[in-house]
Order: sequence, then structure tokens, then C-alpha cells
Amino acid sequence: MKPMDLTAAELGRAIKEKQTTAMEAMQAVFEVIGKREESLNCYVTVDREAAFQRAEEVQKRIDRGELTGPLAGVPVAVKDNLCTKGMRTTCSSRILGNFVPSYTAEAVVKLEEAGAVIIGKTNMDEFAMGSTTETSAFGPTRNPWNEAYVPGGSSGGSAAAVAAGECFMALGSDTGGSIRQPASFCGIVGMKPTYGTVSRYGLIAYGSSLDQIGPLCRDVTDCAAMLEVISSHDAKDSTSIAREDTDFTAALTGDTAGLRIGIPRAYFAEGLAPAVRERVLAAAEVLRERGAIVEEFDLDLVQYAIPAYYTIASAEASSNLERFDGIKYGYRSGETEGLHKMYKKTRSEGFGEEVKRRIMLGSFVLSSGYYDAYYLKALRVKALIRQAFDAAFSAFDLILGPAAPTTAPLLGESLQDPIKMYLGDIYTVAVNLAGLPGITVPCGLDNTGLPVGMQLIGNCFEEKKLLRAAFAYEKARGAFAACREEA
Amino acid sequence: MANIISEETIEYVGILAKLELSDEEKKQARKDMARMLDYIDQLNELDTEGVEPMSHVFSVENVLRRDVVTGGDMRDALLANAPEEKDGMFVVPRTFE
Repeated sequence: MKPMDLTAAELGRAIKEKQTTAMEAMQAVFEVIGKREESLNCYVTVDREAAFQRAEEVQKRIDRGELTGPLAGVPVAVKDNLCTKGMRTTCSSRILGNFVPSYTAEAVVKLEEAGAVIIGKTNMDEFAMGSTTETSAFGPTRNPWNEAYVPGGSSGGSAAAVAAGECFMALGSDTGGSIRQPASFCGIVGMKPTYGTVSRYGLIAYGSSLDQIGPLCRDVTDCAAMLEVISSHDAKDSTSIAREDTDFTAALTGDTAGLRIGIPRAYFAEGLAPAVRERVLAAAEVLRERGAIVEEFDLDLVQYAIPAYYTIASAEASSNLERFDGIKYGYRSGETEGLHKMYKKTRSEGFGEEVKRRIMLGSFVLSSGYYDAYYLKALRVKALIRQAFDAAFSAFDLILGPAAPTTAPLLGESLQDPIKMYLGDIYTVAVNLAGLPGITVPCGLDNTGLPVGMQLIGNCFEEKKLLRAAFAYEKARGAFAACREEA
Repeated sequence: MANIISEETIEYVGILAKLELSDEEKKQARKDMARMLDYIDQLNELDTEGVEPMSHVFSVENVLRRDVVTGGDMRDALLANAPEEKDGMFVVPRTFE
């Protein structure tokens, strides 16, 4: 049996049944890393020795019957904006290039408690600002389906690692689509939970009111299993919510009878690639055949989500990134003539172009004289967008649409025109503004052989409905072609 | 409505953001910000009179805890990341003459 052919849940079971071990699984992962990492660049940091050592410890605890969960012994990757004690955490930025945290993010602690084994830290757009993983200070990640293309972003390293088999599952973070869009571009399942479901403690903040950690996985079952493990009420995150319905794997029934699914007309308007439209509508048809009631409807305010999002996210980013000043950790400029000069030099040399662009925009929209016109205006529009979703969910259980208007763009195509890149977030950002859960599931390939993702959006706390529909679709669809090389 | 970002505005934003930009970067930043604000201005098409700004999706209440130390003494671990330290303290450039 080859571990690499298994999903994470299957691997966990095989380890429990002594058909394989945590070390063998890790060995299989490192064989793929050996073959593909040099060109794909999924990881910023890999700690081979620690990974094998920890796999061995976990295996012992499995053998002693101490670890019995479904993810025990499974090799996982972690996005490099989640703090890991003793393991470098960079946010793919020069300014944190040498930062070694003294504590571990709560979501990662939960994974480790469940017996998952950390392989390393995955590449991302710098501070999660970008949609292609090209703004990383450590070079871009390539799409494993076709290395001429980007994997999406900002969790592009996590998505590419899962798709290529450089891990079995990965953690990402999603502020405006950063889990769902790369999952779509890489042909895997990615989920952004309801805001507050996963503790943000130890997640290096970008837009705190929008950031949420979530799973990137090979299939819906793995996604439910991982979400179940990382969901927690955490006193260390004051926005964390106490939920009792986090037994997400219980939702994998395959039953979609009577589920009301709405398709927003504006999600299929101008700007959507024909192949994406066709595959996503075909996926909706599959759900209809399985008993769901699928109807078109008009979702209000769709075009206002992006300008509202970039105003709010940039404002929060300018405040959150104020802490990177070269004093307590991270990069400090060699030119340190005077404290203020040092701050400015450190930040100007430490941050990349896209990060500086958003910090400046955020500083401007929060500045005296513009705060009302821009920042408060965006927060008012956010309230209206939330109302539009409330209205939609009074008629529907779920909303179905694409994850992104196109499949993955070519490397080097996106960064010249920031606004054009931002427009690619049209189907994902509103979900973050409204705090909703969303999942993307692969639903076909375009004519160049790149994956297309369907996105399902649920009302707050309705992950189980999302997983139910996603699982039913996945079962009907059958196995999705993998892009993993024979290990 | 086309926004024009003046040199003074970019200087001011640079001070707020604690960034030092070259002349070339300033020129680009003025252009980028004007374009982005033009784009954001479409929010003005919406009548938001009487709409409360929504900073948080759920109603959040203050989360309080007792002011007790739980993390233990991590001085050395924290100082290990410092660009410069001396005698258990962070060293910063001279702040006054």
C-alpha cells in the first residue's frame, strides 16, 4: 500500500490498523518533497529532522493507545503566518525573515494534540496580501497542475503542497478568499469557517475582523475531520465563539434532499470565464439531481464587496502591521541613526511593494478628515452586505457560485495591475465581510487542464449544511484527478 | 470623480505609515492610491444614511479576565529574537541628544 494514494482520514485509519506507520507516511511525503519542492516552492521552512522525530513519538503514543483520533500520525503543513514555537515563522516577509516564535498558535496546538505531525511552514503572499503567492519574499510557489501557472493565494503554498502530495492536509488562513481561491486553483477542498470558530491566537494578523483559519484538504471528509480538530473556544482570542456543534464529521451523510440552494445571477454575469461558468453550473445540476432545490436569485450589492473589503482590510492592516518596527524581533535596518529614522528604514526595507501599498491606503482611509468618508462608509456598506445575505438565507440554505472568475493565471501576469488582481476576489470577499462559512470543491478542469472550483456559502454556524452538500456533490462527482506524481 | 493625491498627502501618509519612499516610489504611490480611491468611491452610489457602521459581525462584549500572570518567565526566549539586546533589555537607537 502506498500512503500517498490515501486521503488523510484513510491514512489515519491505516496507521491505526497497523498497515503503515507515521514514519512511513512522513517518508512518503519527503520523497515527494525531494522530487518536486525545488520547482514548486511550497514551503518556506521544512524541518525534516523534527518531523521524523515527532512522527516517531506520535507512533509510540498510537501504539500505547494514547492517541486514537482520526488524524493521529498524519503529516500536515502549516501556513507561515501561524506561529510555531521554535520554528521560524516569516509571513513570507523579509521583516520576519529570522523570527522564531516563543509560542504556538492555538489551531496548531489543537492539531498536535490530535497527533498530526508538522512537516514545515508553507509559502504565502507576504502577510497574506495577494491572490497568487507571488508577493512572497521567498519567491513564488508554482501550481502543481502546470508549473507555468500560479497556485492562487494567499495560502498558495498550503494549497500546492496538498495538491502535489507534499503533505496530506494543510492549515491556511482566509481574509478575503485566501483559502477558497487557491484551493480552487489547485483542485482541492478548502474551507473558511464562520468567524470565531477557530481561535486566531498565534495567527499573525492582517485584517483581524475578517481573518479566519481553516483547512485545505484532499477531500470533504478530510476537511470535516480537520475542522473538527481545530475548532475550539479559546479564552486567548476574545472573538472566539463557544460552539457545541463542532462534530462536523457527523454531517457527512450524503443527504441533500430538500436542501434549498440559491444561485446569485450576478455571480454568473460578465467577467466569468466560460469554462468556469459551465463546470460550476454542471455541479449545481448534480446537486439538483440529488434532490436539492436549485434556483436563481438576485443577491444585492455584489459589486460593492470589493471596494468595501479593500478599505476595511487595508485599514486594519495598517494598524496591525504597525508593530513591525525593528525593536523586539524581526529585521532591523543597518542604518539606525535615531529611533524614528530606524523605524522608517526598517519598515521600508522590510516590507514588500503590495504590503506598503495597503499600509499606505489603510493609513489614508483612517486619517483625520477621511475616516468618515472612507472607513466608516465601508463599515456601513458592510452592514448592508450582511443584510443582503440575511435576506438570501431567509429563502435559501446555501448559496452556490464559482470561487473565482477564472482558473489560475500565468505566473507574472497579475502583479502589474493591482486593481485587476483585486477584482478576482469578487466571489470570496463578501463571505469574510459577513462572517459566513464557505467551502470550495473541485468540479472539473478547463480546456488547458487547470482545475475549476465550485464555492458553497452558508449562513453563520451552518458549516454542517455546507459539508453535507459538498460531500454529496463529491460522492456523485467521483474521484477527482490528482496531479501527484507516482511516489 | 477622479482623485488626485498631492505630494503633501503622500508625505503625510508616509509619516503615518512610518515608511520612507524614494521619489520614484512616491510617484507610483500617488498614482496607485488615486486609482484605488477612484475605485472605492463607487461606494458613494449607495445611500447609507442612518446605517450603523458594522465593525463586528456578531455583537461582541468585552471579554474580561483576572490580571494574573499565566505565561511564566519568558525573558530569555523573547530576547533571543531581539535585533540588539544588552543586560536583559532591548537596545534602541538614541532617542534624544
